Amino acid sequence: MSKIPVQRVDLIFEKITCKEIFEKVLQSKPEEIIQSVIDSGLKGRGGAGFPTGLKWQFAAREKGADKYIVCNADEGEPGTFKDREILDEVPEKVFCGMAIASLAIGAKIGYIYLRGEYKFLVPKLENKLAEFQQLMQDLGHDFRIELRLGSGAYICGEESALFESIEGRRGEPRNKPPYPTKSGLFHKPTCINNVETLVYTVMIQKYGAMHFRELGTKDSRGSKVFSVSGDTPTAGIYELELGMSVREFVDVFGDGDTKAVQVGGAAGFCVPRKRFDETIIGFEGVPTGGSMKLFNSSRSMYNVLHNYLDFFAEESCGQCTPCRVGCQQLLKGIEAVKKGEKSHKYLDELVKLAATMKIAAKCGLGQSVGNAFSSIVENFKEEIIY
Amino acid sequence: MIINEELVKEAVKKHGSSRAALIPVLQELVAGKNYLSDLDMVEVAREMNLSAADVYGTATFYSFLDTRPRGKYVIRVCKTISCSMKGKNAILATIEETLKIKLGETTADRKFSLLETNCIGWCHKAPAILINDEPYTELTPKKVTEVLREYIKQ
Amino acid sequence: MVKLSINGLLVEVPEGTTILDAAKKLNFRIPVLCHHDDLCVAGNCRVCVVEQLGGKALLAACATPVAEGMQILTNSLKVRTARKHVIELLLSEHNADCTKCYKNGNCELQDLSNEFSVGDHILLDLIKHKDYTIDRFSPSIQKDDSKCIRCQRCVRTCEQLQGVNALCVAFKGAEQKISTFYNHSMAEVICTNCGQCINRCPTGALVERTYLDEVWDAILDPEKHVVVQTAPAVRVGLGEDLGLVPGERVTGKMVAALKRLGFDAVLDTDFTADLTIMEEGTELLTRLKKALVDKDKNVALPMTTSCSPGWVKFIEHTFPEFLPNVSTCKSPQQMFGALAKTYYAQTRELDPKKIVTVSIMPCTAKKYEADRPEMRSSGFKDVDYVITTRELARMVRQAGIDFTLLKEDKFDKLMGKSTGAGVIFGATGGVMEAALRTAYEIITGREVPFENLNIMPVRGFEGIRQASVKIEGCLEDWKFLEGVELKCAVAHGLSNARELMQAVKDGKINVHFIEIMACPGGCLGGGGQPIPTNQEIREKRAAAIYSEDMNLPLRKSHENPEVQLLYREFLGEPLGHKSHELLHTHYKERERF
Repeated sequence: MSKIPVQRVDLIFEKITCKEIFEKVLQSKPEEIIQSVIDSGLKGRGGAGFPTGLKWQFAAREKGADKYIVCNADEGEPGTFKDREILDEVPEKVFCGMAIASLAIGAKIGYIYLRGEYKFLVPKLENKLAEFQQLMQDLGHDFRIELRLGSGAYICGEESALFESIEGRRGEPRNKPPYPTKSGLFHKPTCINNVETLVYTVMIQKYGAMHFRELGTKDSRGSKVFSVSGDTPTAGIYELELGMSVREFVDVFGDGDTKAVQVGGAAGFCVPRKRFDETIIGFEGVPTGGSMKLFNSSRSMYNVLHNYLDFFAEESCGQCTPCRVGCQQLLKGIEAVKKGEKSHKYLDELVKLAATMKIAAKCGLGQSVGNAFSSIVENFKEEIIY
Repeated sequence: MIINEELVKEAVKKHGSSRAALIPVLQELVAGKNYLSDLDMVEVAREMNLSAADVYGTATFYSFLDTRPRGKYVIRVCKTISCSMKGKNAILATIEETLKIKLGETTADRKFSLLETNCIGWCHKAPAILINDEPYTELTPKKVTEVLREYIKQ
Repeated sequence: MVKLSINGLLVEVPEGTTILDAAKKLNFRIPVLCHHDDLCVAGNCRVCVVEQLGGKALLAACATPVAEGMQILTNSLKVRTARKHVIELLLSEHNADCTKCYKNGNCELQDLSNEFSVGDHILLDLIKHKDYTIDRFSPSIQKDDSKCIRCQRCVRTCEQLQGVNALCVAFKGAEQKISTFYNHSMAEVICTNCGQCINRCPTGALVERTYLDEVWDAILDPEKHVVVQTAPAVRVGLGEDLGLVPGERVTGKMVAALKRLGFDAVLDTDFTADLTIMEEGTELLTRLKKALVDKDKNVALPMTTSCSPGWVKFIEHTFPEFLPNVSTCKSPQQMFGALAKTYYAQTRELDPKKIVTVSIMPCTAKKYEADRPEMRSSGFKDVDYVITTRELARMVRQAGIDFTLLKEDKFDKLMGKSTGAGVIFGATGGVMEAALRTAYEIITGREVPFENLNIMPVRGFEGIRQASVKIEGCLEDWKFLEGVELKCAVAHGLSNARELMQAVKDGKINVHFIEIMACPGGCLGGGGQPIPTNQEIREKRAAAIYSEDMNLPLRKSHENPEVQLLYREFLGEPLGHKSHELLHTHYKERERF
């Protein structure tokens, strides 16, 4: 049982004056900025959860003047919509986070890669960006941000696929190593952070590392913006302290009949009712980019899984075998079991296949398809079969 | 055809001819008419010193860089889980009925095309659709009919 | 150096080495499909995954560099399960009707399925859900998407090795496929027909268009007189497909086999290679004279070779402004065809209508070349059928001939005689070397000043090579060349060709004569040669070509007695009226996209 109740936080959307914070940061040495982010315990808010301070440190240690800051605003994970809200509400804080990162690692150019589905935000962002560039000029910091749009490709949220896309190619993930901090955008050292992560770095500068660190748990410091949807009377965007259990979450957001929560989107984990108490939302339990989707007992988990697999079969970049063909096999496989063309034992074969996808796919997204599949199939086998 | 060449030249002038400019150039062309023709891609390849196959391969990766002719307004109905749970099928049926086209088709007057798309990030306000770049959320059959009526009038 | 262990054995390799290569050092073979020695790393197929002790995900051995202290397992349970899954996944998307496949018996996917006994494979067949097409329109290359495993070797070959970019990866997810522009036929796009994609395709998705039935029909038709010509590079590759190791010269056995197959005359493309030198050498000297003596500003220099049909189609698409620079000489294959139905027919008193010319080529582009409408100057289709080295090997097998036991035989007379200069056409730099041997001697009356006539600066595998020969002591007719430094450049592989021509265009390289071969290593690495191919194999074939040259009594084209006879009895002189009519051609600008 978790000790932290569901606690509302107001850091991300708090209206602040970026100028003041950035002026303060300009007085600091890069090492000090990085140290404060390390001390805060902030981990990437896009879902993968890499310690942000370390990422900055790696990028800072790379030699050369050509380095990039990239803001990953390709929010494509089904059930995730918080970055859109952040960019809509507090874009200047995102830019400010990028500027702080640029000071920390020594970059002069930043890119925001915004998913094409959010193109309607562009006019507003461009206005705000112009103001920001003026601020940078006034403060004498040589840093420019370019806005780039995606064009309808989920996989471009994968960092190296995103680089490929900015470089004008198909968004196919690269082999790793090398990692972005060594060889990223245009094969230069690159620091790529999620929209929300960047805003937290601003708030860490404002309130200090300890303020952030005191929130959450040992493994999951701070708070996080959640995108809550599905069978809930209160769908929306909530900033909550990390470390609550799924039970606590469901008690607040559920409709009284919640049978499962999909944490982390289609590529995340399905938590069934029987595990609500023991499952912590955070890096010690189920990590998440913030997508919390609730399903009540009226929902068929077969339909849910089918919808996800259909999504992956379309959105896989297609280059590696486990993901390209595996997604199709899982999709057609559950259809065959449902129709009775394959026996229910075939599901066991599919779970084994999903296990291979988890360890053999080329990129993190390809690997995560297996998680979503097995967590639904293992917990709702009867719904898949009958 | 002449117009086509000029548009491409303009787009390349605006974004540059480096490889990194390819997607912005294609996006610019798509913004004009909602799809890329083979002639567009040949011209882009010529202007940017790429092979046409390379341009085609890149464009087809991105769902929004459509290579099939589409209407003036492309309606993309989100089919991912939340929208699907919250009545996407009824919305789709209403649009089909209103415009007298099926999914994947374009109206005879080339005004509307009807497609499905993956999650567009409005799960808390499902069901949602995009008409060109504009999102419409918390739709009901009635509401979507009203939205369409406005477009039909235009 | 980095130390690591693989399957418990220690190994030390330089930093940056892949796990795949480190394992090779310990004699552990890790299977690959998307990896190819000639191409950049992809890491797509995932069949090479290995386990790192303590690691969560498996690693692609082809794409992962070694790290200090790594403990790798290449055959653990985890690895075996994953690898088998990957093979099964590929098979589920693949038309595995192996017995009916042209590549049956020479397919990397088939080998792997055999190795991992996937006979009990249970995944669903996805083939029926896919809208697969077979493209048979190109005279050179057949593309069958139902056999494609999306390893992208072909795309990387076309893009990186050849700089052509006719193939691309299109769409994503389940729809992803290897495509041309708008999925047009290979015949309609900028494909040069070089066939390098075929050489690297692990399955039967890309194969040559085969004309074996047509050739057998001709041979077995008593009315037809079937003349066969064999290109220089065939004799250093053929053995590989018939049980011999790379680098064995099999000229005599090849001739014996062709005779047993029932060809009426077994002749040699090397003969017309020598003839090409006479024509092309004269053309070069004429252009130089126009430029240097007549100060003709319109003369196109540098002159480039025209033997390689992949190169010719490439330049027609890519650098049409340089078309006047391409030698007007037909390739040796087409010169042969034109002469077979005129000079040969006349001399042997045969009705050209009844002559069928077949050529055995290391090349798939030659199939396209023979189909060009310009190539009918004999009044007939000059070359009727072109088959590759691989197809010839298949004919030999079909005829039940044990190639390894054959006694050596000799080419027939009349267009069967050749010199070492003709032989080296098969290697990159060979045309240049042959041309210099003859041109220098024509100009000065002396042998080219290189030991044993071996012009080493133009040999080798460097992508672009430059050399020069200072001309001194000219004969009376050639005084205008006295003291001139004859400069030449050689490139092989079309991406090198592109680079070289761009440098010429930009004025960065200034030479008189350029040799370009479309394929890596020249014809010996041609798209019709035995599979597999890699640098080591190409080097062995090159060594065999140069040793064939060294072993021939005549090594200069102008000394070929049959070529001399041809000029005396039929053609008159190089670049003469008859030559012009039969042996020269023209080119056309093609769409760049």
